[in-house]
Amino acid sequence: MSGVRLTSAVYAEIRSHGEQTYPHECCGALLGVQSAEGWSIQSAVRAGNTRTDSAHNRYQISDIELLKIERTARAQGFSIAGFYHSHPDHPAQWSQTDLAEAHWLGCSYIITAVEHGQAAATNSFFLAGAGEEEKHFEPQQIVIGE
Amino acid sequence: MTIFIPTPLRGYTGGKDAVELEAATVSEALDQLTASFADLRKHIFTPDGKLRAFVNLYLNDEDVRYLPAKDATEVKPSDTLSIIPSIAGGR
Repeated sequence: MSGVRLTSAVYAEIRSHGEQTYPHECCGALLGVQSAEGWSIQSAVRAGNTRTDSAHNRYQISDIELLKIERTARAQGFSIAGFYHSHPDHPAQWSQTDLAEAHWLGCSYIITAVEHGQAAATNSFFLAGAGEEEKHFEPQQIVIGE
Repeated sequence: MTIFIPTPLRGYTGGKDAVELEAATVSEALDQLTASFADLRKHIFTPDGKLRAFVNLYLNDEDVRYLPAKDATEVKPSDTLSIIPSIAGGR
């Protein structure tokens, strides 16, 4: 199983974000650097959930906000390493919707289950595959470390 | 102009996160980019040559889809073109 490294601050931040937006899904981007060992996430950037029509079970980051996040990443010497979102009162497992809407191959997708307003499990999934037609999620070990 | 390459496509540009090239239009810039990095083309365009639905192009701060001339929009050397795959999901 591959791994993704998160600072303790990033880990706390993405879980806290999910609690704050409960019962709606939170979402954001993960900025970091890549090495032979995989992604090392240094920063989590909160994003607005544009799916206000169904925010309890869907999320979407606007393209223009994503553009700004990528500029921020470049300015800080980071790359977009992945994304995070929450599943209110639902397991921290990827869904068919998550897979269908995932297009950042080689990046980490982190999901936090939020049960009755409290962050529960947090899991990471690596979007693997050589292209859209063969993309799939692989479970990833989360390593907390500075 | 400068084309910014998103994380998932850098494996097809030799790890480059930005590519400098000279072009007259957005379309010509993309043609040059995918001519230089042939494996990139199928990740940006469908087999019939249309931009994939989840791929967004921003000329500076403007979504190319909403520009009057779309990808025929003329570009200047100082312009930037960002390729931004979309992100969404849910339980």
